[in-house]
Amino acid sequence: MTTTTIGDREIHVDAEGFLTDPDEWDADLAEKLAAQIGIEMTVRHWEAIRLVRSDFQSQHESPTVRRVSMLTGIPIKDLFTLFPAKPAKKMAYIAGVPKPRGCV
Amino acid sequence: MTRLLILGGGTAGTVIANKLRRKHSREDLRITVVDRDDAHRYQPGYLLLPFARRDGAGALTRSRHRALAPGIEMVSGEIDRVLPAENVVLLDDGRRLAYDYLVIATGTTPRPDQTPGMDGPLWKKKIFDFYSFDGAVDLRRAWHNFHRGRLVVHIVDTPIKCPVAPMEFTFLADADLRRRGVRSRVDITYVTPLSGAFTKPVASKHLGSMLDARGIHLEPDFLVERIDDETCELVSYDDRRIPFDMLVTVPLNMGADFIARSSLGDELNYVPVDPGTLRATGHDNIYAVGDAGNIPTSKAGSVAHFAAEVFTENFSAMLHGQPEKARFDGHANCFIESGSGKALLIDFNYTDEPLPGRYPFARIGPMRLLGESRINHWGKLAFRWIYWHVLLPGRRLPLPTRKPTSEPKTHSPLKDVTT
Repeated sequence: MTTTTIGDREIHVDAEGFLTDPDEWDADLAEKLAAQIGIEMTVRHWEAIRLVRSDFQSQHESPTVRRVSMLTGIPIKDLFTLFPAKPAKKMAYIAGVPKPRGCV
Repeated sequence: MTRLLILGGGTAGTVIANKLRRKHSREDLRITVVDRDDAHRYQPGYLLLPFARRDGAGALTRSRHRALAPGIEMVSGEIDRVLPAENVVLLDDGRRLAYDYLVIATGTTPRPDQTPGMDGPLWKKKIFDFYSFDGAVDLRRAWHNFHRGRLVVHIVDTPIKCPVAPMEFTFLADADLRRRGVRSRVDITYVTPLSGAFTKPVASKHLGSMLDARGIHLEPDFLVERIDDETCELVSYDDRRIPFDMLVTVPLNMGADFIARSSLGDELNYVPVDPGTLRATGHDNIYAVGDAGNIPTSKAGSVAHFAAEVFTENFSAMLHGQPEKARFDGHANCFIESGSGKALLIDFNYTDEPLPGRYPFARIGPMRLLGESRINHWGKLAFRWIYWHVLLPGRRLPLPTRKPTSEPKTHSPLKDVTT
């Protein structure tokens, strides 16, 4: 485990930059994490990110794109526009939950 | 008397029924298995079927009820839904089956209907699957007439049954085309929603370099939105297009629809369970064993078998009023056909990823882990006999239920989320 500085805060992350301590997450940090990967958060982004966080809290597993789409009603296509190329990974990164393991 | 109702007479259901029948008298435990048909297929055999020179389909099917020991009741019927509050399973024809304990072992099924354009005019003409018995039989016919063009092997989404099978199919296709002397006329592309050849980093790297060595193009991070059946292209959500002359796809895998009707499943109809005990979340007397549950490991016969052993151990203990001590660790192993009569063997669980070594014992096992060898290929072929005669009857396999630990763990290699 390593630490990194985002804005003026030091946070704990894994080798790929995913937060390892969910308690270090807040909305402000999410905006900054999003900026790191070139995403500017909008209401629609937030809808997905809130779902990722609440789903992780109840399921202890980072959700797949399909699951986020089903639970939010945001079409998968739109998730690819909001979080280009790798939506599941990018949503997890911004939401401060572990990288989805893409179930073997 | 305790009534145990098992939905599904496949690998997990059959192993559980047979093991428990051996341990408990008919007076103490009544065991009933429900299935829609009487054809138990040896599913690992589907992979080799398309390449078989003779039609070996017959050897892959046996009767479900004959695989069940005497004293196990078999009910034939389509499941409508589970009524957990009443401890009853309803069948389509109105029959009601009451239970004290319920095991859901109805597995996972390929669903071509879930991807637009897949089961349209190109289905079985240019688009094939080998995850169903009929699919493998039809693909065999088409494969022998395929001599040139673009072959695309494709996975819609994870999780899928036997996650390395599409890779094996690709290796076998490559070897078969070489054998026929037409490999240079065929482009092969492997299309996956994952970021690499496999989910577990060390195996992914290893398998990825095996693709390279065979001149097979890898298209990662590809989540298919639809198939354009006019241009014969896969179209991804981020608008990438991959043309094909023959598409061998693994359709979206889903659990049984009755699980959704019973409100027992997740978005893909898999039953959320405790990964250690396989007990359904929120239901004390319902379990999901094998592919039907949502445990984060491979959907595969080896997992179903290892998980069934843990379940029966705990279930027997519970019937005897003893604590349930066994915990499933996600143990999986599988032989990976690499073509030309060779295979690899991998072995892993929830936390340890597949690593090079020997199996079943760290240094002296006969099988090489993550290494290609002929003995692994013969191991895979011999397994069919073991499946029918040792595994299904619930006899003890001389293999550990939990993963033998041997090599040090490794961690994921560095990869940037933005790449």
